[in-house]
Amino acid sequence: MTSAILVSILMTLVAASTPILLAALGELVVEKAGVLNLGVEGVMLTGAVAGFAVAYSTGSTGAGLVAALVAGVATAMVFAVLTLSLTANQVATGLALTIFGIGASSLIGAGFVGRTITRLGPAFPEALSGHPLLRAVLGHDIVVYLSLALVLAVSFFLNRTRPGLILRAVGENDASAHAIGYRVIAIRYAAITFGGALAGLAGAYFSLALTPMWADSLTAGRGWIALALVVFAAWRPARLLLGAYLFGAVMTAELQFKAAGVTVLPPEALAMAPYLATIAVLTMMSLGPKSGRANAPACLGKPFSAS
Amino acid sequence: MLYASPLIAVGLTMLIGTFVFTAMGYDGLHAVRDIFLTPFLEPQRWPDLGVKAAPLVMIALGLAIGFRANVWNIGAEGQYVMGAIAGTGVALATHGLTGWWILPAMALAGVIGGMAWAAIPAFLRVKLQVSEILTSLMLTYVAVQALYYLVRGPWKDPDGFNFPQTKMFSAAQTLPAMAEGSLVHLGIPVALVIALVAWLVMEKTTAGYAVKVVGLAPAAARHGGFSADKVTWASLLAGGGLAGLAGLFEAAGPFGQLTPQFPTGYGFTAIIVAFLGRLNPLGIVFGGVVLAGTYVGGEIAQTTVRLPQAATGMFQALLLFVLLATDVLVRYRIGWKARAA
Repeated sequence: MTSAILVSILMTLVAASTPILLAALGELVVEKAGVLNLGVEGVMLTGAVAGFAVAYSTGSTGAGLVAALVAGVATAMVFAVLTLSLTANQVATGLALTIFGIGASSLIGAGFVGRTITRLGPAFPEALSGHPLLRAVLGHDIVVYLSLALVLAVSFFLNRTRPGLILRAVGENDASAHAIGYRVIAIRYAAITFGGALAGLAGAYFSLALTPMWADSLTAGRGWIALALVVFAAWRPARLLLGAYLFGAVMTAELQFKAAGVTVLPPEALAMAPYLATIAVLTMMSLGPKSGRANAPACLGKPFSAS
Repeated sequence: MLYASPLIAVGLTMLIGTFVFTAMGYDGLHAVRDIFLTPFLEPQRWPDLGVKAAPLVMIALGLAIGFRANVWNIGAEGQYVMGAIAGTGVALATHGLTGWWILPAMALAGVIGGMAWAAIPAFLRVKLQVSEILTSLMLTYVAVQALYYLVRGPWKDPDGFNFPQTKMFSAAQTLPAMAEGSLVHLGIPVALVIALVAWLVMEKTTAGYAVKVVGLAPAAARHGGFSADKVTWASLLAGGGLAGLAGLFEAAGPFGQLTPQFPTGYGFTAIIVAFLGRLNPLGIVFGGVVLAGTYVGGEIAQTTVRLPQAATGMFQALLLFVLLATDVLVRYRIGWKARAA
């Protein structure tokens, strides 16, 4: 009996961690290329609403996930054109993207409020009836496995491949990379495309897997937590995995306390927990003996124009 | 060109908005006319315009100081809520009392509440190099939860039929109207005076100059003896204090109490106001009026062409996008490129 409860808590933890992991992984690649996209929350919301709208109209969660991916890339492209081609301020543009995502998702979602869809199912349905241990390993949905595979892939790409090295070079010293002949702007476009796709997918995970119904501002600031996680991870994919699951644990604890009716703390105090934890984590990072910030890409947030 | 680009941006937003909303199946032309023109053409809308512009202008004035110095306080919404909470605390403690001093005491509490909330990201950035962008935003979520807790718990009006809201403020705790029965309250002239003072400080004093140098050329600022830390502290405290005052004015004005509906997003919209105003205090008054127009006009369009309320937010974001894009016109001159022979 207790193992069943443990497995169900584990499933909640994995589900809560997955969208932040995806969004943060995308942003990590973007930041490694020297671009700071503060619009993650906005991209997630457009992905969430596009995924829900398509899944609702077609009845297929798979189509919803693809739509979210496309919507995420399209939204991120607005950011890319403004910051890369028109050299607009990255912080201001990222904020605009978030405000846009909140407005656009609420406008498109207005017709879907309260509607429900079939939740994204497990990748291996047979595993659910098996041994609890089997369920804990194989009982998740496809996006969970995809997110874990992507951590490995991104880590390998950045540290062990030539294109990954070039991407990092662009983020560390754009002028030198340009001088050797690398196409700084094109590489940054590619990175932002990847980040947009993952943020869109992360958003759809909220509307298709976590809460299979539409509500305004569904992602509740998780995009911002993803941004903080990149700092926490010191721009390393493996540490990102650890951080995302730590946050998943905080959020699961919040849910468990609520479900158990723990009244030591008011529910509002529990709702504050992820945000306070983010501030605490950011503070601890800078208190550490070797400041994590030293690992930040040197050209992060600086506009580049070739001339 | 520097001052033309906000006007071009407003024009382009109207054009794009017409196409987008027509494509979505609404009467796009009518919607754009109602959002950008009707509020300014009908004098009976002007008081409402002023009431909505005042908090936007006050918050944006504070934010713009920081943006000039590369201090990105995006948590004004939280400071606005904290200011309202602190001021309401004074109001609940002085309920039943009368006296001229009550409202100033509430205003002071509002300023201090907003400043205290902004002091956290300021401290973390100056002492520990933690990015103020993320901390100030995270604190917004915390402030909103604190508000929910107070109005549902300790501050709930015992005679309020169990609604999550505080007592209504008394006459001595409410902002006086500028004319009998008018919506226009004291907050509007106060916002204008603050804009003038901010302009004087930014343009005519060494402190304002220090803010600009730290933002534009940090190395030169260090060399010239301007302290980046002091500028960070000052701009976050100014931003927090003004947002807190705006929050208190909103609580003691249009709301007259605290409710869970209190956080309306003015703190985020003020970011657009600051950019539309070119981070210039007098420009911000213009930006505040334009954005207030989108709120008032958005409400008009809800009844005339059944545009959803969320459309207002999308128009506001569209405006910021277009503005950032047209800024290219400020930085570069468009010209014909001579073909290489």
